[in-house]
Amino acid sequence: MTAVLGTRPDQEKSRVKKPGRWSAPPRPVWEEEPSRAGQAGKGIALGLACLAILFPLWIVIVTSLQTKKTIDEAGGLVVIPKDITFVAYQELLGGGQVQRAALVSVGVTVVGTLFSMAVSVLCAYGLSRSGSLGHRWILMTLLATMFFGAGLIPTYLLVQALGLTDTYLALILPSAVSVFNILVLRAFFMNISQELVDSARIDGAGEWRILFRIVMPLSRAVIAVISLFYAVGYWSAWFNASIYLTDQDMMPLQNVMIQLVQRQERPVGLAAQINTGQLSPLAIQMAVMVLALLPVAVLSPFVQKHFKKGMLTGAVKG
Amino acid sequence: MSHSTVPRGTTEAQTSPQDEDGTTRTPKVPAPSGKGGRGPRAKKAGRLPFGIRWRRDRTLILMTVPALLLVLVFNYVPILGNVVAFQDYDPYLSENGFVAIFESPWTGFEQFERIFADSAFWHAVRNTFVLFFLQLVLYFPVPILLALLINSVVRPRVRAVAQAIMYLPHFFSWVLVVTVFMQIFGGAGIIAQTLRRHGYEGFDLMTNPEVFKYLVTAETVWKDAGWGIIVFLAALSSVSNDLYEAAAMDGAGRWRRMWHVTLPALRPVIALLLVLRVGDALTVGFEQLLLQRQAVGVDASEVLDTYVWWNGIRNQDFSYAAAAGLVKGAVGLGLVLTANKVAHLMGEQGVYKK
Repeated sequence: MTAVLGTRPDQEKSRVKKPGRWSAPPRPVWEEEPSRAGQAGKGIALGLACLAILFPLWIVIVTSLQTKKTIDEAGGLVVIPKDITFVAYQELLGGGQVQRAALVSVGVTVVGTLFSMAVSVLCAYGLSRSGSLGHRWILMTLLATMFFGAGLIPTYLLVQALGLTDTYLALILPSAVSVFNILVLRAFFMNISQELVDSARIDGAGEWRILFRIVMPLSRAVIAVISLFYAVGYWSAWFNASIYLTDQDMMPLQNVMIQLVQRQERPVGLAAQINTGQLSPLAIQMAVMVLALLPVAVLSPFVQKHFKKGMLTGAVKG
Repeated sequence: MSHSTVPRGTTEAQTSPQDEDGTTRTPKVPAPSGKGGRGPRAKKAGRLPFGIRWRRDRTLILMTVPALLLVLVFNYVPILGNVVAFQDYDPYLSENGFVAIFESPWTGFEQFERIFADSAFWHAVRNTFVLFFLQLVLYFPVPILLALLINSVVRPRVRAVAQAIMYLPHFFSWVLVVTVFMQIFGGAGIIAQTLRRHGYEGFDLMTNPEVFKYLVTAETVWKDAGWGIIVFLAALSSVSNDLYEAAAMDGAGRWRRMWHVTLPALRPVIALLLVLRVGDALTVGFEQLLLQRQAVGVDASEVLDTYVWWNGIRNQDFSYAAAAGLVKGAVGLGLVLTANKVAHLMGEQGVYKK
C-alpha cells in the first residue's frame, strides 16, 4: 500500500510532463477509451469545417499569384499553383486607384483606432471606480445606447448638418465609440488589484499617473483585443464611405473592392494592360481581395488567446 | 442580478462580481471591502459631501467627457432628428439640413399611413422575418455543435489551430465574404467552372432569387459560426469535472453525460443568446443584403433596413424613410422586451434583470 502511494504521484508527474503539445493529455480513469470510429468521425468533421474556411481563401490567394497563361489554361480560378508571379501586386501597388485606396484604409484604420482607444480607455478608467461621483449616470447614458439606435436617416442628416460629408472624419467620428468595448475595458480595469492602486495613490500618484503607469501596463492583453476589434471595424467599414463620400478618389479599399471585384469594373489605369492581354483581370481581382484580407488574417491569430477574456468580461447586464 | 436565478454552469460573465457591482448597485450602498468593492474609500463615498466627492472624482469625470460627448452627439442628438417622420421634411429649406427641420411643415401620421399602404413595405417585412427564422433554424445550432466538437478534442494544439481557423472569417468584411462566395458559387466560381469543364451546365447561385435566402444564411454561418463558439466554450470550461465523474460513476456513457451534464450547463447561455437574437430579429444582415441587392434583385433581398436606405438615402424621401425606421425601432424594442419577459418566465437570466 505504501509503495503504491509512494509511486503514484511520481508516475503521474512524469506522465503529465512528457506529452508533447500535439498529443493528448492523460485521460481521467473514469473516462472510457474513445472508439476508433468516434475519433475518426470527429477528425473528419473538424477537418471539413476548417477546409470550408480555408479552401476558398486558398483559391483566392493562389489565383492572385498566377500568370495570365496559367489562369487561361485553368479556365478561371486556379486550385493547384504553377509558377508564382507577383505581377498583379506590382501593378496594383505601383500607383493608381487601388494603392490610393489601400493607403486611405490604412490611414483611417490607424488614426481611427488610436482615437477610439484613447477615448475608450479614458472613459473606461473614469468609470472604473464604483462609488465615484456621477459614474452611475454616465454609465446609464452609455448603456442605454445599446438598446436602441437613432436610425439611419437622422444620423445621416446629422452628419450632413455637421459638414462632415466628404471628409474622413465621417468615417471615424460616428463609429468612434463602441459602448460594448468600453464595458470590456472597464470590467478589466475594475479587476486590477485595488491594493496596488491604493499604494500608488499613497505614494502621491494622481489618476493620470495611475492610469498610464499601473492600470494600462497591467491590461495589455485586453487593450490588444479591443484595439483589434476597433481596427477590424475601421478596416472592414464601407457603408459610411458609400453614403458620406462622393469623391471617388477618397474611397477606402473595401469600396474599391466592391467596384472592382463585385461589379467587375476594370481598375483605372490598368484597363489598357488588361485589354491588351498583358494582365489577367482575375488575378487583379484576387489580388485586391488578398490585400483586404491579409492584415486581418496576419494580426488576429496573435491576439487569439485573449479573445475569450475580451468577449466575456464585458458582457454586462444593464 | 441575484445568483439564485442563475442555474448551474454559468459563464464567467454572469459570475463576475465586478460587473454587477458597477451596474446594478446604487452607490449609496457601501460596497463590501475586498476585490469587488473599492475598500474604505467606497464605503464612505455615500456619506461624503458633494464638494469633497467632486474634488476627489473630477479627474475621473473629466476622463469620460470625450466618449460622453461622442455618444451624445452621434447617438442621442439623432434621436431628436426622428421628428422628421412627422413632417414633410425638405433639406433645402435652409442652408443647414438640421435647421431645415424647424422650417419643414408638420404632417402628423401621414408618412405612417403611406408606409402601411405600401405593398413594398410589407414585402420587406416578410423577407425580414423569413430570413430571421431561417437563420434561427439553420445558423443558431451550428456554433453549439461546433463548440461541443471542439470541446471533445483533448489535444491542446489541435484545439488551438482549429479555433484560430474558425475565428478567422469573423474578422473579414462583408465585402470580402460576399466576394469570396462569388468565387465559389458565382457564375465564374470554382463550382460552375469545374462543371463546365466536364461538360455540364454551369450555374450562378449569387443571382438566383430562389436560393438567395439560403445563400445569405450560408454566408452568415461561414462568417460568424466559428466566432460564436467562444461563448459556449467558456460555459463548457466552467463545468466541474466532478459532475462528469459522478455521472460516469452512475453508469452514464459519453452521450448521456453530454445530455445530462454538458447541455444543461449550456442552457443559460443558449437562452441569453436566443433572447438577444430575437431582440435583433429585424436587423438581418443590412450590409450583407445591401451588397447583394443589385445582383439578386430587390424582390429577394429587400428587408426593412435596406427599405429605409433605399427610400431615404437613395430617393431622398427622408420623412418617409425615417418613419419606416421608427416603425422598425418600435417593433424591435417590443421584441427585446417580450423576448426578455419570456426568458424570465422560463427561469432564465435574459439580457437584463427584472
